[in-house]
Amino acid sequence: MSDLIKKVTALLNDKTINAFIGYEKGSANRIRAIFVRTEDQVQKLILNASCTQNLTGYLMKHEVKKLGKLGILANVAALRSIMQLASEFQIKDGEVYVLFANADGSLTEFTDFKSIETFLQTTDTGIKSEEQEMIAKLEAMTVNERWLFWNKEFEKCIKCYACRAACPMCYCHRCTTDVNQPQWIPVASHELGNLDYHLMRAMHLAGRCVNCGECATACPMDIPLNLLTYQLISPIKATFDATAGMKADAMYALSTYKPDDKENFII
Amino acid sequence: MQEFEPKIVAFVCNWCTYAGADLTGTSRIKYSANVKIIRFPCTGRIDFMILMKAFENGADGIIVSGCHPNDCHYSTGNFHARRRWIVFRNLLNFTGIDTERIQFSWVSAAEGFKWADVVNNTVKKIKEIGPYENYNKIAVSTLFNEEGATNE
Repeated sequence: MSDLIKKVTALLNDKTINAFIGYEKGSANRIRAIFVRTEDQVQKLILNASCTQNLTGYLMKHEVKKLGKLGILANVAALRSIMQLASEFQIKDGEVYVLFANADGSLTEFTDFKSIETFLQTTDTGIKSEEQEMIAKLEAMTVNERWLFWNKEFEKCIKCYACRAACPMCYCHRCTTDVNQPQWIPVASHELGNLDYHLMRAMHLAGRCVNCGECATACPMDIPLNLLTYQLISPIKATFDATAGMKADAMYALSTYKPDDKENFII
Repeated sequence: MQEFEPKIVAFVCNWCTYAGADLTGTSRIKYSANVKIIRFPCTGRIDFMILMKAFENGADGIIVSGCHPNDCHYSTGNFHARRRWIVFRNLLNFTGIDTERIQFSWVSAAEGFKWADVVNNTVKKIKEIGPYENYNKIAVSTLFNEEGATNE
């Protein structure tokens, strides 16, 4: 019996949590999320190198919230998501029991935000080098080349909203996409509707994205959506000295200001 | 061939730039007629989606203007707007939307001359760049016009 199964069994038995979000084996060797509530379900829990999904997206779903006090199996991106959700007053301190899976398979438990903050300070939370290279490649293009690149990418979009469903930060009960009076985003997945949707999504995640990459992983059409929000991380850090998902009491960069914020384009 | 007359939409705040534009008029300063002014309560209210709607409806250029920093009628609206624009400009640039076509400015209620300059210079710049063909291709009028429909 693995440490994980032992630990979760104990947590469920002493009623520390009512449900635990972890990974189980899905069909065709895929890994999927499992919401463990009983002892037989605990046996299905697995933990291996393929378990990379950021499970915190489920924390905000009302069906999951209804299960009671939650425990969750977290990776680095998930810890940051929890910090960001906390800073947006979506999770209270101690409300979620966090089990962090270390690279060697051992588990670290976090019961309060302070310990997650301390842990994150000494952890690599940056963007992967291949993603950085892709962003640099795009930034080196001309404006028109970038337009053509994204036009081609957005052309593939089928507006399934998997990116929105997978994102731990997309928890609004009513998304701008769903608003039809006024109709901000054209519903059909034509060039205009797709461009509008993706710009809106990126802008609403600016300063909140914790670079977990779930949006791009979830995309069935393989659009590199994560680049849109990743690209904004470094300018926001450089201009406003703000990084998402590092502190539970951080201010959202776009809901605050400094009188001497610097820009060079307003005349 | 007829000279290209750009369509410029100006999103301005009620308290400074709109009053400034009023002063331009009452001072009898002549300025370019390409601009269509839309009044907002505050620059803080100018959502980025609104700018995109302007391009979608065929604008070639956009002016966004409000009170100078520290002059906001609501104290902080323009500070919030400034942050939003800094981020939004980055995103537009990264997705290949021409940020040259959006002019941001601070124009106070006393700066009638400045408003005329901002409009004239923007119109001149957009005339040089030309119509926004990239966006016009996917604009509402193209997509939903039966003759110009792109769907087979």
